[in-house]
Amino acid sequence: MSSIEVSSLKKYYGDLKAVDGISFKVNQGEVFGLLGPNGAGKTTTIEIMEGLRERDGGDVKVLGFDPWKNGYALHKKIGVIPQEFTFFEKTTPREAIIYYADLFNVKVNPDEILKEVLLSESAKVNFDSLSGGQKQKTGLALSLVNSPELLFLDEPTTGLDPNARRAIWEVIRGLKAKGKTIILTTHYLDEAQQLADRVAIMDHGHIVAMGTTEEIIQQHGSGERLEIHGSEKLANYIRSNTDLQVGYDKAKGEVTIPLKKKIDALAALAAAEQSGLEWGDIQTRQDSLDDVFVKLVNEPVGEQGEAASEVKTGKKRRR
Amino acid sequence: MVSGKRIYSDFKVFSRGYLRNKFGLFFGLVFPVILILIFGAIFAGGSTGKVNVYAQNQDTGPFATPQMDIASNFLSALNASSTITVITVDTSENFSQYLADHSSSDGIVIPSDFSANYLASHRVNVTVYGNPTSSTSGIVAGTVGGYANYFNLQRFNGTSVIGLTSATVNTQQTKYIDFLIPGLIGFSILTSPMFSLVNISSEYKKSKLFKQLSLTPLTKMEWLVSKMIWYIVLTIAGFLLMVGVGIFAFGAHVAITPWLIPFLVLGPMLFAALGMLVGTVTKNPETAGVIGNIVTFPMMFLAGTFFPISSMPQYLQTFAHVLPLFYVTEGLNNAMVYGNVNGTIIDIAVLGIITLVIFVLAVKLFKWRED
Repeated sequence: MSSIEVSSLKKYYGDLKAVDGISFKVNQGEVFGLLGPNGAGKTTTIEIMEGLRERDGGDVKVLGFDPWKNGYALHKKIGVIPQEFTFFEKTTPREAIIYYADLFNVKVNPDEILKEVLLSESAKVNFDSLSGGQKQKTGLALSLVNSPELLFLDEPTTGLDPNARRAIWEVIRGLKAKGKTIILTTHYLDEAQQLADRVAIMDHGHIVAMGTTEEIIQQHGSGERLEIHGSEKLANYIRSNTDLQVGYDKAKGEVTIPLKKKIDALAALAAAEQSGLEWGDIQTRQDSLDDVFVKLVNEPVGEQGEAASEVKTGKKRRR
Repeated sequence: MVSGKRIYSDFKVFSRGYLRNKFGLFFGLVFPVILILIFGAIFAGGSTGKVNVYAQNQDTGPFATPQMDIASNFLSALNASSTITVITVDTSENFSQYLADHSSSDGIVIPSDFSANYLASHRVNVTVYGNPTSSTSGIVAGTVGGYANYFNLQRFNGTSVIGLTSATVNTQQTKYIDFLIPGLIGFSILTSPMFSLVNISSEYKKSKLFKQLSLTPLTKMEWLVSKMIWYIVLTIAGFLLMVGVGIFAFGAHVAITPWLIPFLVLGPMLFAALGMLVGTVTKNPETAGVIGNIVTFPMMFLAGTFFPISSMPQYLQTFAHVLPLFYVTEGLNNAMVYGNVNGTIIDIAVLGIITLVIFVLAVKLFKWRED
């Protein structure tokens, strides 16, 4: 059963097509990652699903509700952490949980929720004295007060240090284990790989790829290839002495050979040895999600340099 | 459906935050008291109303007896009046230069043959210096003129037929502080909720706190009502403090009647709603602050807070009637100083209608989601 159904969703800000006709479904109990550089339309999409923004076109159903028209009813069933979560400065996480419980008219044990989000130690610290990670955890705690079946986490770990990020991941994994449906936006690829069952990669208001990370890598990646450190001469030698497709990366000084079969690697290495030319490190590798991401997301140089560099911080190579 | 439980829990969180923020508390409670102390000290001192006047006595005599020194007697009589205090200036000084050096425009010069001419029944003029734009000059000219007439009558053994007895609007002696207290209470009813709501409305919009609250069952109206309740509490506390300080520190005479309650309730409601309304205009807290000041300052000075509007030109008096604060200040004055119940009731009615309109507008126009 689908928790969310989005079809041909559109949202324009003047001439800017922030979201330009995207469609996807999220199944119950699934962690769905929305990936993309800054300005791709992730937050607009998630805010439309939360009922915080009106759409300009298309259809959206969240737990069977139209989020804009039936927002008030929907909000009782969902939990949300907006981007850069903030709260009343002079309120402690524990007081915040009690406040939300009163607003939702539910009975909760604040200490239990604090424990669930690993925040027990800071239960009585005013919000403005909490660290970035503790603030995000407070947001997570509040999103859980009404025991929602569906959670929206908009960039929950942006700006946090690696330990704090891992702690948040732990909490999200715990929620997933409890069977909650989770929509997660992030521009950290490793975060999506670690947490999401399926991801959609967004760019300029479009979904450019969707599926499990393996599926996306398979569809859009180049497959396994052999890389040999050596000269262009070596590349030419291997090309003319085997029936392999041989490429050369001048910048890295690497001969690259796509491997249709594993045995191709042996042929390539035999040719390299025969050439009598010098060659160094060899490795086989496959495109990682970030290789695919960089390929799919065409970022004009300079304009979104920030997004590109943020993507790199989350890099995780498979070698 | 409006939920009392949600209003109460929002009230709890907000008031707790407010009390933990020392700066907010200072503005809410300490600042009004400081205002009362400052203004009280300025106007409640012993010398209230007496104008300092520089006087140069150029009269040279000859005086056979002290009774013949008419110039000195004239100045002593002036000094003994209830309106002016005479400060003698030496005859060696250039008088107008002396006035300028002492940043004063009020002065009296007695000419050299004053006593001789008086005794000989020859006309002689006392020169009164004054600045037509200054309110003290009229007092000085009037007093000197009055005493000149008195001395003229005496010269010809006349008696005054019409006398003068001082009286004030109340049965008791009314002091400036008595008029000041309602004005300053009005001032704090305006500023505290208004500035605070302008600030938090735009701040919460910018930090997306409103967006977050919109994801809970709390409604905009409940949110505003809880703020109103808090500012009513704060206003009543401020009221008690200000009246207490006024009475105990300055011996103010103000009536504490149940007629004050509607103003202490409607006033904060009105200005909290108005603050929220101003906060809807922009989500930039700096701009919001400027717009807040544009709305607040004319009201502060033109609605009869520090001086009665009857001292203003007619068109400003007319303008004052469109300022919501006017009905708070006028009503408080009617209830506390004049004991004018009918006037008070009219002010309450007008205030109630304005409050309702602003409240509805604020709740309708304020958006905490985005289109």
